[in-house]
Amino acid sequence: MTQQLLKIRGLKIEGKSDEVWSPIVNWIDLDLQKGEVLGLIGESGAGKSTVGLAAMGFTRDGCRISGGTVDFDGVDLVAASAAVKRNMLGKRIAYVAQSAAASFNPAHRLIDQHTEAPTQHKIRANAESELDGMELYRRLRLPDPENIGFRYPHQVSGGQLQRAMTAMAMSCRPDLIIFDEPTTALDVTTQIEVLAAIRDIVEQFDTAAIYISHDLAVVAQMADRIKVLLRGDEVEEAETRAMLSAPCEDYTKSLWAVRSFQRPAKPAISAGATPIVSLKKISAAYGKSPVLFDVPFDIHAGRTVAVVGESGSGKSTTARSITGLLPPSQGHVEFNGEVLPLDYRKRSKDQLRQVQMIYQMADTALNPRSSIGDIIGRPVQFYSGLTGIAKRKRVEELLVQIELEPGQYIDRLPSELSGGQKQRIGIARALAAEPQFIICDEVTSALDQLVAEGILKLLAQLQDDLSLSYMFITHDLATVRAISDEVVVMKDGKVVEQGPKAEMFQPPHHPYTDLLLSSVPEMDPDWLTNLLNGRGVDNIGDAAVGKM
Amino acid sequence: MSWLMNLILILIATAVVPWVFRFAGQKFTGNKPFFRDMPFAVAFGYVAGLLVLIAAVSYYFRPLEVNGVPSAGVIFFRWAVQGFIGFAIVAYLFRLFGRAVGTAGTRKLFRAMPLTAAFGVLVILLYAIVSIFAGSIAPYGQEEIFANANIVPGGNPMMGGDPNFPLGTDQIGRDIYSRLIYGAQNTVGIAFATTCLAFFVGGSLGFLAAIVGGWLDQILSRAVDVLMAIPALIFALLLMTIASVWSNQLGVDRTIFMVLIIAMIDSTRVYRLSRAVGQNIVVMDYIEAAKLRGEGMGYLIFKEILPNATAPLLAEFGLRFCFVFLTIASLSFLGVGIQPPLADWGTMVKDLSQFINFAAFAPNVATAPLLAAGAIALLTVAVNFVVDWMLHKSSGLKD
Repeated sequence: MTQQLLKIRGLKIEGKSDEVWSPIVNWIDLDLQKGEVLGLIGESGAGKSTVGLAAMGFTRDGCRISGGTVDFDGVDLVAASAAVKRNMLGKRIAYVAQSAAASFNPAHRLIDQHTEAPTQHKIRANAESELDGMELYRRLRLPDPENIGFRYPHQVSGGQLQRAMTAMAMSCRPDLIIFDEPTTALDVTTQIEVLAAIRDIVEQFDTAAIYISHDLAVVAQMADRIKVLLRGDEVEEAETRAMLSAPCEDYTKSLWAVRSFQRPAKPAISAGATPIVSLKKISAAYGKSPVLFDVPFDIHAGRTVAVVGESGSGKSTTARSITGLLPPSQGHVEFNGEVLPLDYRKRSKDQLRQVQMIYQMADTALNPRSSIGDIIGRPVQFYSGLTGIAKRKRVEELLVQIELEPGQYIDRLPSELSGGQKQRIGIARALAAEPQFIICDEVTSALDQLVAEGILKLLAQLQDDLSLSYMFITHDLATVRAISDEVVVMKDGKVVEQGPKAEMFQPPHHPYTDLLLSSVPEMDPDWLTNLLNGRGVDNIGDAAVGKM
Repeated sequence: MSWLMNLILILIATAVVPWVFRFAGQKFTGNKPFFRDMPFAVAFGYVAGLLVLIAAVSYYFRPLEVNGVPSAGVIFFRWAVQGFIGFAIVAYLFRLFGRAVGTAGTRKLFRAMPLTAAFGVLVILLYAIVSIFAGSIAPYGQEEIFANANIVPGGNPMMGGDPNFPLGTDQIGRDIYSRLIYGAQNTVGIAFATTCLAFFVGGSLGFLAAIVGGWLDQILSRAVDVLMAIPALIFALLLMTIASVWSNQLGVDRTIFMVLIIAMIDSTRVYRLSRAVGQNIVVMDYIEAAKLRGEGMGYLIFKEILPNATAPLLAEFGLRFCFVFLTIASLSFLGVGIQPPLADWGTMVKDLSQFINFAAFAPNVATAPLLAAGAIALLTVAVNFVVDWMLHKSSGLKD
């Protein structure tokens, strides 16, 4: 016996840009039964979060609901008065945001923020709410549930904070919780703990949920049904298993196929070849706190070395040490057998030219006030001295190389490009220096999967054409599988394991590599259940403790 | 006890009238969300605003004269309202003009421009034209002295005016209209030069401190802290006193010292801003990329940081210009700024200030000092309108 909880019909939402209202969501119908979990997936800009918020009768500033109804248990939230909505939100509908760190008030303790909603809605007295909060913390498997609530948000880890936020959403025992990408900002190993905790508590209290994510494999673990959105329209909706095994629409199939890209294996490196970049046991420290301990690895010509690890494992610091932004305190870096000066200020122009970087956030890596022609043209002029027409020609060549139409893009500003195009400009800027070695720092992690795949293919193509070497920093093992030749696994500033890709993905592993590999969500709705059964619940707790 | 009764009645009315207003609104509009979700405080605001409007309109239409005595309050209020409406209309027409004429870029700019900004741009343009062409616009020279002193503004012979001197003459017989125009040249020109200097010095040092950091940042920042700890106007007065001795010894114009002193004091404020803005920009990856490329300091400051700091710096430029301008006027008012016979608005306000006492029975006479003061106020308001608009635009662009 199911009971209709949420019924959205013909939802239309518009956003204001340049004084003009333009549609964000064109037409969405959505049904949710009591206790059911619906997954919303799509690329960025598909309107997932906007629909999620609209399910609470709420829109962001600069947006408005221009049509349709949001019927929550008999009340139309679009037409409801502020007073009616105020009584409903928090009590019957709750929201869990992507960034728990940004959503908690840093000046108050967790438990005080937890008890706010029940007290406000006069459900429970403050003291009762505190006890209830501890119970919820226990059910969400937070360590030390009696005391953790008395900490401040900055005193607990990201994964714990996300669970504390879920507990907060549960505090009034709502009928519906909206999870807006709750695990996107977390590492894979932490993500599992949060996913398991959320799934269990939603089942225990028979709460309905809308789970928003761009990661299919994650949604597959959580949702009973999945709805795919594309640019404000629904593409299709089906039961999770049906959707995974037999998607109907081409767009959905393309989403499914993204992870299949893989480069052919290259022949083994001949013994005795000089590596293009060689890290000779480098250690580095920020001020007095050491972050890298004796990191050694080699990168050979025309090869891609993927450096994997969780956040805080020292991946990016290694890159900063190679470039000389953070001179190593011990050890040194060799380039083609020559020792590079530790500090980038002491390196010659040619040494600087040979090592280029591509950054994670293309938004902050490109000067927003420079045109594309200037951004790419500057290194061309700086290193090869080309000016005027010769420089413009070279810039056009580079734009062709990254598969952008030169005439169309050369005079644009970065803000007039999409995320993937910006990342391509970042690549072109690195190529403009004609380097032999490029460091790619999480270049695809801020991009949608389809776009990220395009970038990976481009990088692979460029490597073949120009025989470049890459150091590929990532936390995403699917990316590693797609592009790398060799893999270096890092943890706490140390190299845990390294070797050719084929070996690394075959057992036996180092236990940490094993944990990383098994934590990557798979497109199988039973994956999480099986994994948890295999590991045992206690094991997850151990993993969390081991990380801290 | 009647006052107590009145008080209670007023309190009850304060509570009841907004409630009735909201209730009536809900009934008449069929419970539209505007009235339905209106908090009591907002309803109170609407009612209070309406009352103020009614009071203003009735005051506007009160007679200008009672028993042969002009009621100065009504006269000034009418001038203010007429001026306000007149400026609004002119700004509106100016904006229409801007939307119809010019390149596609400027037309787009005018389309998105609020009325306040159009007014500000218009006033700044007018001031610029007046100060550049002061020599050909002004009917007389700024130093010319005529036989008739103390002619009342208005140009009406019945009230002591003279059509040849539409805005009257001052105590020693100089034409106020001409001196206002020359004053624009002197005061605005000097203020502009001073602000530019302050920005060049403060801006480059601030960005330098942001990039280099470390001991250079410490030395510059602490020096600026020390300078900022001294009240600006008193510090300027003190330095001007010293400078007046030097200027006599060295034979250098005192105005140059004034420009240098005010620029130095104001550059401390610019330094603080540009250092803070610069620090946010130097952590960006594109600065890191430029550093790794091996770029020099000049390229980093002028090509990478400056273009991204223009919005806050421009906004600060407008505000700083007003402050510099007011400082010059204050110094002139105190007698150490721009020296006679050069026309200057601050000095003009000071020289004519005693006429303000005539306001009660001869409003026309009292306008003499207000003209220069009004010129200062108008420019200050106009610049602030434009600055507000720029800030709004730059913050909107970030989204």
